[in-house]
Amino acid sequence: MEEKEIHDELAAIRGLMERSSKFISLSGLSGILAGVYALIGAGAAYLLILNANLFSNAQYTVFTDSSGIHNFIIDYSSLVWQLSSIAMAVLLASITTAILLSKRQARRKNQPIWGRISRQLIFHMAVPLLAGGGLIVGLIFDSHLFYIQVAPVCLIFYGLALVSASNFTFPMVKYLGLCEIALGLIAACVPGYGLLFWALGFGVLHIIYGGMMYLKYDR
Amino acid sequence: MKISFDKLDKAFENRVRLQIMSVLVANDRYDFNSLKDLLDITDGNLASHLKALEKEEYMVVHKSFMGRKPNTNYEATEKGKKAFKEHLNTLEQLIKQQKSI
Repeated sequence: MEEKEIHDELAAIRGLMERSSKFISLSGLSGILAGVYALIGAGAAYLLILNANLFSNAQYTVFTDSSGIHNFIIDYSSLVWQLSSIAMAVLLASITTAILLSKRQARRKNQPIWGRISRQLIFHMAVPLLAGGGLIVGLIFDSHLFYIQVAPVCLIFYGLALVSASNFTFPMVKYLGLCEIALGLIAACVPGYGLLFWALGFGVLHIIYGGMMYLKYDR
Repeated sequence: MKISFDKLDKAFENRVRLQIMSVLVANDRYDFNSLKDLLDITDGNLASHLKALEKEEYMVVHKSFMGRKPNTNYEATEKGKKAFKEHLNTLEQLIKQQKSI
């Protein structure tokens, strides 16, 4: 056996061990694009909220509570629907981009896009995401007071999803997840700045992470 | 100390067997079809190499059913993992030795 042959053998083994246990077809570019979509979405949401406050197109309901004090509820339901639609659009665009770019990357890295590893990755990501998603739907529809915690809950559960999925892909995903969790906890302590933290977590952090991934693995 | 090629494990002389073992060492369990896709070889070829590794007691087979489809999983034994590690160490030493000549 020649030295070069042994080297090839060892390289092949290393590659196979990685390819068999990690999903290495994630693309950094999709991280950057997801960040850009999130920033656009956050900008649109900001304009909507500004608009709603300026023109007061929200519905007021005045009522008198048991102690006889006049009170009123502002009906933000149309605004909530608009904001939720923006969030959904951002989510869908990001997922579609991630799938398309991963497909391209998978072809290049010779890894099946829908296989054992990607199934495990998706499962470990879906569990915290669905739990968080359920909680958020509850927060939005159940009590208007808890609106304020929607952004922190989004960030924390997304971070948990990333940490739990990171065993099946690049270690960098774990650090992104930890940053999202930290940011979510900070956001929970600073109520009222949800949109800003949302834009930081889903926009800026994604762009930084995507850029680092792109430089390290994409080329 | 001179390392000879005899120290290399005969069971891993075949490339496919070494590849199978590297996948089984990196993962707790791996199923037949995923292994086939990953290594890009035919059913018969893969099955015969798996048999050989099983005979060496380097791995064990777990058979189960997923619905009606049989699902066969493979798991490396401690003996297999040890043999794999030693094989890699020997390869490494061979490289070092050739460099020093």
